Amino acid sequence: MRAFTQHRGLVAPMDRSNVDTDMIIPKQFLKSIKRTGFGPNLFDELRYLDEGKPDQDCSQRPVNPDFVLNQDRYKNASVLLARSNFGCGSSREHAPWALDDYGFRVIIAPSFADIFYNNCFKNGLLPIVLDVKVVDQLFREAEVEEGYQLAVDLEAKTVTTPSGESFGFDVDDFRRHCLLNGLDDIGVTLEDADLIKSYEDSRRKTAPWLFGAGH
Amino acid sequence: MAGKTLYDKLWNDHLVKQRDDGSALIYIDRQLLHEVTSPQAFEGLRIAGRKPWRLDANLATPDHNVPTTDRARGIDGIVDPVSRIQVETLDRNCDEFGILEFKILDQRQGIVHVIGPEQGATLPGMSIVCGDSHTSTHGAFGCLAHGIGTSEVEHVLATQCLVQQKMKNMLVKVSGKLGAGVTGKDVVLAIIGKIGTAGGTGYAIEFGGEAIQGLSMEGRMTICNMSIEAGARVGMVAVDDTTIAYVRDRPFSPTGEAWDAAVDYWRTLHSDDDAAFDKVVELNGADIQPQVSWGTSPEMVAGIDGHVPDPAKETDPIKREGIVRALKYMGLAPNQAITDIKLDRVFIGSCTNSRIEDLREAAAVVKGRKVSPSLKQAMVVPGSGLVKAQAEQEGLDRIFIEAGLEWRDPGCSMCLAMNADKLGQGEHCASTSNRNFEGRQGFGGRTHLVSPAMAAAAAVSGHFVDVRELTH
Ligand code: SF4
Repeated sequence: MRAFTQHRGLVAPMDRSNVDTDMIIPKQFLKSIKRTGFGPNLFDELRYLDEGKPDQDCSQRPVNPDFVLNQDRYKNASVLLARSNFGCGSSREHAPWALDDYGFRVIIAPSFADIFYNNCFKNGLLPIVLDVKVVDQLFREAEVEEGYQLAVDLEAKTVTTPSGESFGFDVDDFRRHCLLNGLDDIGVTLEDADLIKSYEDSRRKTAPWLFGAGH
Repeated sequence: MAGKTLYDKLWNDHLVKQRDDGSALIYIDRQLLHEVTSPQAFEGLRIAGRKPWRLDANLATPDHNVPTTDRARGIDGIVDPVSRIQVETLDRNCDEFGILEFKILDQRQGIVHVIGPEQGATLPGMSIVCGDSHTSTHGAFGCLAHGIGTSEVEHVLATQCLVQQKMKNMLVKVSGKLGAGVTGKDVVLAIIGKIGTAGGTGYAIEFGGEAIQGLSMEGRMTICNMSIEAGARVGMVAVDDTTIAYVRDRPFSPTGEAWDAAVDYWRTLHSDDDAAFDKVVELNGADIQPQVSWGTSPEMVAGIDGHVPDPAKETDPIKREGIVRALKYMGLAPNQAITDIKLDRVFIGSCTNSRIEDLREAAAVVKGRKVSPSLKQAMVVPGSGLVKAQAEQEGLDRIFIEAGLEWRDPGCSMCLAMNADKLGQGEHCASTSNRNFEGRQGFGGRTHLVSPAMAAAAAVSGHFVDVRELTH
């Protein structure tokens, strides 16, 4: 997995709460058996005026000029500023894949849905929870100031504004460690293969019906 | 010391390793796989040269993309080539890695969350995962069931473990008895209406109280299924006689001595009387009315006797904006009576409400009646081939067909419209599924979440009605 240490990037403010994963990447694009190529269909129904189809050339489609990512000033944004309960709904990992493929590296919101939050870390994407008042402030600043960038430091667990104001954030140690070092979760878990085996052996004795049933 | 909650017990029983940083390795007894969230996981295994840790823990079936008509043609009947590739890829992966799969022509095929319990592949006390957020369904059996993403699917395939942090405990207690015509679906919609779609975030929810204990396994599954719509990855109900009676004699269930030993263990799967919960929410079952969602989030619900809200009366600006946006999308006016919402289509199905009891409830309402001529379509999609067969044995298919509903083959169907079944732009649908997000059932489609009985009542009326007024 790609490591994440520090990032500075243009902020796109998406002023809407409860953004669900159907909105992030609509179902017709889930038919792909790949992990890449979802970027052009990120927020498809909000971003374009027509109905999107898989494997279509999106550069020819009519865009919704009101949607934040279609405004020139937010072109190449890599930090998404969002409202509460971002990523609610289905467990589709296609949502972080689409955000990543589009070019986002960081998502900041007052709260995230659990599965989405977790899926981000598996894909080198950093979701940051900040207090709702801080998020409000960042929204105001990002809307007022063209070219507004934020600097994120995962080591120090801080988000810093252009004026130098810094906000700390929390992230659990294991996820941070994996992300900082770009570690493959599976590799880390397999270091404990012996423990897993011995758990399994004792479970086979205490709950034999959980093994081999129906096969 | 306070006693343990059901979640605490399930957690402890599956804990392989507690890490210093607060994360833990949890052993997974069962993984269910389907075609949408697994291809990239199998690909990851192949690239890394890894093998599944334990084949017999896995069970696969295609459900999201399968057509619900013309099924005799199997995979060849899937018109959309991209959908077809996904189903073929699941077959190929299961064959290559040696995983048991109920393929498209197998009578046991169906929606993952229907077939697990139906087969006894879901047993009390198990830890269960699936690359699908409605995996919480299986918690109805006193299981620790998590919806996971594709990277985690790969992780569980490779290690039989999930990396988790322990969640907080929430008890949702529904006391008293439910009124006639009020179902598990109405209960869970009322709960979500009360605590909101983020109310359960970070919690494992246990549903308890007299009203929950009085429900069948189907009703409990409907409630646990929608835990995720309340923000909780995990929902559970304690094991009791109802649970044990349901799992007896299923194909994967233990028999003989193993059954007796299993039952002894299962009887311990309830929260201790003195268990402490981080949060308790209480509802009175008798107060719950049949529910209808009017907006674009499952928390936007009202009782059948209620009205669409007026944004002008909402004081929170973010909520007000949400209501305005939802009403615009849904094409509804403030203060409109729920019973005035006219419908274009009715969908009875999905992992929330496509089990035999759901179909019986719907059939009881439409029996001897006709689908309103103002509807374009009303369809029933059973949750599995076996549910379909049983319904046909009971004559439910005849009742539906005579009333003018379409009787389809099993799959997810119009719940998320990945196959050919979908809503047209602006169409209103009474749906027994679980999500009413914008575009969920088709681009521009307008979904109203209801129980099977309420969907059936809407089908014969052309608009929402209180199913209790239609008693025979
Ligand atoms: S029926 Fe709907 S919610 Fe359930 S698994 Fe299928 S698509 Fe998901």
